[in-house]
Amino acid sequence: MPEGIKDKVCIVGMGCTKFGEIWDKSDGDLIVDAAYEAYEDAGIEPKDVQAHWVGTCWGMTAAMLSVALKTQYKPVTRVENACATGAEALRNACYAVASGAYDIALALGYEKLKDQGISGLGGTAITTGVASVMTAPGAFAMLATKYFARYGLSPSEGKKLIAQIPVKNHHNGALNPKAHYQRELSLEQVLNAPIIAWPLGILDACGVSDGAAAAIVVRAEDAKKFRPDPVYLKAAQICVGPAEGQMSQAFDYTHVEETYRAGQAAYAEAGVKNPRKEISMAEVHDCFSITEAVIMEDLQFSPRGKVKEDIEAGTFNLDGELPVQPDGGLKCFGHPIGASGLRMMYEVYLQLQGRAGPRQIKNPQLGLTHNLGGFPYLSVISCFIAGL
Amino acid sequence: MVGITSYGAYVPLYRLDRSEFFRAWGGIFGMSIPGEKAVANFDEDTITMSVEAAIDCLSGIDPKTVDGLFSATTTSPYKDRQCSGVMSMVLDLRRDVRTMDVANSLRAGTSALTSAIDAIEAGTAKSILVTAADMILAAPAGDFEQAYGDGSAAVLLGNEDVIASVEGSYSVSDEFAGMWRTSDDTFVRAWEDRMILDKGYSSIILEAINGLMKKYGLSTKDFTKMVCDSPLDVRRHSRLARELGFDESQVQDPMFLTVGNTGCALAMMMLVAALEESKPGDRILFASYGNGADAFVLEVTPEIEKVGHRRGMKNHLASKKPLKNYESYLRWRRLVTVERARRPELGPTTIAGLWRDRRLILGLWGKKCTACGTPQIIQGASMGMGTPTRICVNCQAKDQFEEYRFADKKAKVFTFTQDNLADTVDPPAVVTTVDFEGGGRAIFDMTDRDPNEVSVDMPVEMTFRKLFYDAPRGIHNYFWKTRPVRC
Repeated sequence: MPEGIKDKVCIVGMGCTKFGEIWDKSDGDLIVDAAYEAYEDAGIEPKDVQAHWVGTCWGMTAAMLSVALKTQYKPVTRVENACATGAEALRNACYAVASGAYDIALALGYEKLKDQGISGLGGTAITTGVASVMTAPGAFAMLATKYFARYGLSPSEGKKLIAQIPVKNHHNGALNPKAHYQRELSLEQVLNAPIIAWPLGILDACGVSDGAAAAIVVRAEDAKKFRPDPVYLKAAQICVGPAEGQMSQAFDYTHVEETYRAGQAAYAEAGVKNPRKEISMAEVHDCFSITEAVIMEDLQFSPRGKVKEDIEAGTFNLDGELPVQPDGGLKCFGHPIGASGLRMMYEVYLQLQGRAGPRQIKNPQLGLTHNLGGFPYLSVISCFIAGL
Repeated sequence: MVGITSYGAYVPLYRLDRSEFFRAWGGIFGMSIPGEKAVANFDEDTITMSVEAAIDCLSGIDPKTVDGLFSATTTSPYKDRQCSGVMSMVLDLRRDVRTMDVANSLRAGTSALTSAIDAIEAGTAKSILVTAADMILAAPAGDFEQAYGDGSAAVLLGNEDVIASVEGSYSVSDEFAGMWRTSDDTFVRAWEDRMILDKGYSSIILEAINGLMKKYGLSTKDFTKMVCDSPLDVRRHSRLARELGFDESQVQDPMFLTVGNTGCALAMMMLVAALEESKPGDRILFASYGNGADAFVLEVTPEIEKVGHRRGMKNHLASKKPLKNYESYLRWRRLVTVERARRPELGPTTIAGLWRDRRLILGLWGKKCTACGTPQIIQGASMGMGTPTRICVNCQAKDQFEEYRFADKKAKVFTFTQDNLADTVDPPAVVTTVDFEGGGRAIFDMTDRDPNEVSVDMPVEMTFRKLFYDAPRGIHNYFWKTRPVRC
């Protein structure tokens, strides 16, 4: 049995830019801002970093980071893993220091989506001629269609259920000065928003944003040299599907198999037996409202088909039993693809250290991040757990 | 005995009421033209419509028995790429099939037919599939625009189990062209109307028919039915029948009120409609006009009663939806420039990829695992990754597959969405995840649908369509879509 990463690596510094439509900053600006905040937070100089991992979906090569930061001929690796790219950068940096190859590594994720002049995400390099015109909202809308059908929810009942998720996430994000959106949403606003892909409306969808986030990682035995409250990595799992959901009738299209498996692997690595009780807070990939609903079931926070009861009971609210998206989530904080996985860890880091200001959760012990790239039927999932 | 051994036809689902032209432009001399015309969807062209008619025609027939495919159209999507070659892959014909496109004349359909008859008579082929399809554009705001319609037909020719034998033929070639298009024209051109009818259709088709009758010693009374195509001015068709001495009941309807003039496909579509109503012993006068005329004597045999179910003309005509307005027609034909969706531009089409995946893309061939028996197919929604399937999705056996055709399988909607953001000519894009009868799941765009009628568990069938045109590279990208079971 592999030993896993539990308690071998600590995060000792993090940085995160404001997310949003940042017209007056370039991708290089975002990289510099996030990295220098992380250096300062860790109390280190840029030259102290021995190796770098940069995650970006639409950016190009490691030179994006080396040129922006003028790293002095040190190793830089660019990683890409769809919307889980930021988490992938962190995972690789953690393995590098855990192996002993390096003592101090930087993981940084960024994306500059709003320079593309289009709504939503970017395109693909080559067309094979058989691509459906379906958009990402369309792929997740099919998750809602099937979830409603399977659990006997009428379209209006189903929409009312999932509309509560953006309302919650905007409530939290409105408390966060770095969030893309700085306002609350009412249930009526979400329900009455224009439909982008039936049954999802525009306010069921997350923000499309620019932003960057960064983390400084060191081996656990060195962590206290940097700060008294380092955050220990308990699990760092990636699960990538073989498109079984796209090709096989066995897939029910009311869950995401990769999320379930990544969660199981992370719980095993971290030694979590009862996630609902042991996890203090979670930052999950709420690219769409329905996605967060099924993630709650896949991560076993709610029993299958029963997320409705927990949503209605306020279980995942900031003051609930298991707060989810205390920073506003993708919905309200925004979603610059390559940055999101690290942004999630940034909130876990702040919450564990008691630095989350008006969003602070009482006495959190374990925080979970969940990053989803791809589609419900074929995805790349990261699931990380961190604690003090 | 050479003759027709099977037939099929296709009429697009959508019909545009001619009152919509009146609403948009006012009438021609203050009059509106009655009836409706068939309008191919934005994702159809003469290749896809020919495929529809050919599939109908080959229903219950092994495509590997077909020796030739002759395809007629005057509105080919390509000047230099053989449509029948593309269709051959779609229809799963043999590698050594003879393919030929026949073009550039409204009688291209009957010219293809003549060549097929000759080949079979000469003994160089036993079975030849002939298709004809057209979707001719006339400039907006004229009466020609209202007269044209879209559609296709197919007949299989052979010398065994003949349902209508070819008893004789006669052709006239004439350089006269009252209506024409140059290789650069989008819209049809025409000379002054009475001259082109008097010196064109009314003279030349009559000459061919009279020549036919004289050659075989026949007269009008020897025919059960007259199946002749019509010029855009359908009154000349009635006049021809009167001049020949046919009773109105013997005249096959040129479908002006229901379909419109389908160019080189009109005669063959009318012939299919006639055969659907024919009895053994019927003798049919069949003729088509265009830079001359072709005329045939056909005799219906008792084999006609053994033809299996065909969608043909009757069922396709009955299966229709109104196109909601003239503006939709302009948009579908790209006659107006619309604001483009704020979506990423498509990347360059890869000819290498299209070629490698040709069996999948054109024939909708997937795989069936010989180790565990699971049918499987993977396509577009994952950007083409994972094609071809080498490892079984169910049991992970490597390279243990036989080919498995999904094109003819029925399926059910497992889940769907109406995507309002997607870049499509006819929003919303209805996207379906479907489960095939017998196994296999895939994601396809849905066409010919009312978005409000799509539901989980809805039965669907596959239809061959054009996904998009890659304008910078001049590539028409074809693939299959789902549609509600048509009829």
